[in-house]
Amino acid sequence: MSDTQTLDRAAQAMALVDYRDTANLKQLPTRNGFGEGLLEAAQANRNVIGICADLSESTRFEALKNALPEQYLEIGVAEQMLVAMAGGLAAVGKIPWIASYAMFNPGRSWEQVRTIMALNQTNVKIAGAHAGVSVGPDGATHQAIEDIAIMRVIPHMFVVVPCDSVQTKKATLALSQTFGPTYLRFAREKSAIVTSEATPFEIGKAQIFREGADVAIVACGILVYNALIAADKLSRERGIECRVVNNHTVKPMDEAAIIDAAKTCGAVVTVEEHQVQGGMGSRVAEILSAQHPTPIEFIGVNDRFGQSGDPVELIEYYGMGSAAIEAAALRAHGRKRT
Amino acid sequence: MQTLTPQRLRELDLKATDVREGIIRALLAAGSGHSAGSLDMADIFTALYGHVMRHRPEEPNWPQRDRLLLSCGHIAPVRYAAMANFGYFPVEELLTLRKFGTRLQGHPERVSLPSVETTSGPLGEGLAQGVGMAQAAKMDGADFRVYVVTSDAEHQCGLHWEAMMTAAKFKLDNLLCIIDRNFIQIDGSTEEIMPLEPLADKYRAFNWEVFECDGHDIAAFVATVERAHAVKGKPQVIIAKTIPGKGVSYMEGDYTWHGKPPNAEQAKTALAELAATRERILAHV
Repeated sequence: MSDTQTLDRAAQAMALVDYRDTANLKQLPTRNGFGEGLLEAAQANRNVIGICADLSESTRFEALKNALPEQYLEIGVAEQMLVAMAGGLAAVGKIPWIASYAMFNPGRSWEQVRTIMALNQTNVKIAGAHAGVSVGPDGATHQAIEDIAIMRVIPHMFVVVPCDSVQTKKATLALSQTFGPTYLRFAREKSAIVTSEATPFEIGKAQIFREGADVAIVACGILVYNALIAADKLSRERGIECRVVNNHTVKPMDEAAIIDAAKTCGAVVTVEEHQVQGGMGSRVAEILSAQHPTPIEFIGVNDRFGQSGDPVELIEYYGMGSAAIEAAALRAHGRKRT
Repeated sequence: MQTLTPQRLRELDLKATDVREGIIRALLAAGSGHSAGSLDMADIFTALYGHVMRHRPEEPNWPQRDRLLLSCGHIAPVRYAAMANFGYFPVEELLTLRKFGTRLQGHPERVSLPSVETTSGPLGEGLAQGVGMAQAAKMDGADFRVYVVTSDAEHQCGLHWEAMMTAAKFKLDNLLCIIDRNFIQIDGSTEEIMPLEPLADKYRAFNWEVFECDGHDIAAFVATVERAHAVKGKPQVIIAKTIPGKGVSYMEGDYTWHGKPPNAEQAKTALAELAATRERILAHV
């Protein structure tokens, strides 16, 4: 345990682990949660199937492939085919999960996603693996940082970005039981597990992971951990208390939670491993500018491409580390209307 | 499939004329749309709905129905006209084509009209979805067949070839692709814009069973479908040779009719020609 006081009531209510206890904090890739969740969903419902485009190990399809081969199809390096074939399977009652790197699906397959999944309203689920610059050494071609933008503009689409591997498993299970075209986004590298088995998860319901009334930090994906660390430091060193919102469902976004955070805190920081332009933070800005104008600072990649490097190094370089979040929170705090 | 008697064949030939009339009336009312391909697939759609397919117009979502996908969604008028003439909805509804609030969208949409099976229009995507449906049937042990109608020019799309590979890999012998081989596309001849020949050899090289027939001879088409159905372990394709604009003399063979409707005067001429065709069929006892 950390030597400071116990986690705040919000964190306790969410059954979070003590994320400050870095020595004992477990780290696993979010994609592991997808693999576990998919297998469990497929065991529970034989109509849940996986279709793979030559990345069974990377996307964590292997568990399904080995345990239930009759519910697993391999179609090679053909991401448009992935979406279109899944559309056909879904039209006959299957619940296909299709997985590749986010850069190729939905990156390469966007028009098929729009027409065959969304306009056609089929129950196809995309698992976008290796999203964000934290893919690391593979470089910019394989680092999807525009995928949230291109998916959140499509009507009917669910867009979910869970914060750790435990939550990714819960999201996979929940989305398998929810009808509709879906995009689940996760990352490659190990990242801190901040939630526990007991942490609730509901699609479309943002979660308050830390209470505070000075600045609201609205985050999604693996950077939720960085947001929590930044908030903890701001509290200890400056007495600034941040509400940290795990905004895992980018579409349909929990508007009430966003507005409540803005009303309570009067200043907002959004945090995502994605282009600032068009991402989760942009949706927060759309909501607040229309309903409760509030100063917002945006953490994300700012209109640039990624590059090769160590994941942590890249997160820092592109301004998404906990120190950058702290600085953004201070800026947002300074812009508050008095 | 039942035997195609001479009496039944005559009925289908008359029905194909009704379908062509429906196409002309719908396109005239809409003021936009695609004439040539719609008209040239009238015989095949009539054969499919009138003889080949297992379906229930009164129960469009019957789970055991054969699935018919129209990949080249722009020739929706022929599908709508065939559906109307085979009891899916009143023929008068064809006049709502492309109008605000219609179920008959400019390109077919499954959400507004579920019996079109899928939303289409963006080219090269129908076969891939048909592969998914055929594979689902295999996984479930269902015995419905999947028919995919494609244009020739959409073979210029890469996804279609991904679907061809996949269909062969999964040995989808419950899948039949029907190509409207009319040799035209918006900008001109397919063979000038991006040559497709030797198309049959390309399918054979992708491990498909290939058939060719006259797309305006319903008896020949039905016989070819029967041969295709007998194939085991491979997907099949019928390359149906068609004449763009078939049935309306001034449109036949003219690629400029790919993407435009007739005006009132032209429609009148077309309907008069089709009426004469009907008389000829009726006189030919």
